[in-house]
Amino acid sequence: MSEVPVTHILFLSTALFFIGMYGLFTRRNMITMLMAVELILNSVNINFVAFNKFLYPGKLDGVFFTIFIITIAAAEAAVAIAIIINLYRSHNSIDVEGAEELKY
Amino acid sequence: MNASVIIFYCIAAFILLTGIVAVSSRKIFRSAIALLFSLTGIAGLYFWMDVNFIAAVQIIVYVGGIVVLIIFSIFLTQKSGEEMPKPPTTRVVFSWLAVLAGLGLIYRLISEYGFNKISSQPFNVEVSEIGNQMLSTTEHGYVLPFEAVSMLLLAAMIGCIVIALKSKPETK
Repeated sequence: MSEVPVTHILFLSTALFFIGMYGLFTRRNMITMLMAVELILNSVNINFVAFNKFLYPGKLDGVFFTIFIITIAAAEAAVAIAIIINLYRSHNSIDVEGAEELKY
Repeated sequence: MNASVIIFYCIAAFILLTGIVAVSSRKIFRSAIALLFSLTGIAGLYFWMDVNFIAAVQIIVYVGGIVVLIIFSIFLTQKSGEEMPKPPTTRVVFSWLAVLAGLGLIYRLISEYGFNKISSQPFNVEVSEIGNQMLSTTEHGYVLPFEAVSMLLLAAMIGCIVIALKSKPETK
């Protein structure tokens, strides 16, 4: 074996995706749930770049999708943190179990 | 077994270990630092795959931007020395079951399909090539999503400011 097969990179991104899913299922703190979502988005990016490099090396589509996902993830994180800080101001905690009414 | 293969497995083990620490540590600051190392490891994986531009963007946006933002919001909202409460055992057990079932299913699908390499032409991602294709209006150009994302970023910026503004005392 002289080269890493494509499937091993896909196994890596699958494992990272389900680590993120585990974090999203067990955590109830909004900041840690946001971290789990970031891990999930990163696993998708690894998949796009790996498919682009090993299966379709003549095109650049996977690289562009990765760039756009990174951009949207940055916007999403900024909006999420603004919401978290506003929730902390009105509820004094950022636990999702405590935020169940639509208007405070 | 050459050096490139060994480097790949080292990077993969590093990403997965720090990722597990990031989702399971009960000290929130420790889990943020583990997330930082995991994202740096993913940037290393992009360097290993020869996509230097994506690796640089990953370091600048994720490690330099999002993780710093998360650490600031931890400082603003948490007592970072304290441990978070343990999740209930039933939730942990059912999360493990769901995650392992999904992992087994996807593992089986990927290993059965195999993904053989179709073509063996060299993969070169010059930054000039990315820039030309990003702003071209021909068939494979990406100028429309580029403009849409610029509008999205503007809307997100204004939205963040409006959401995080202090509400007036009489409306509270």
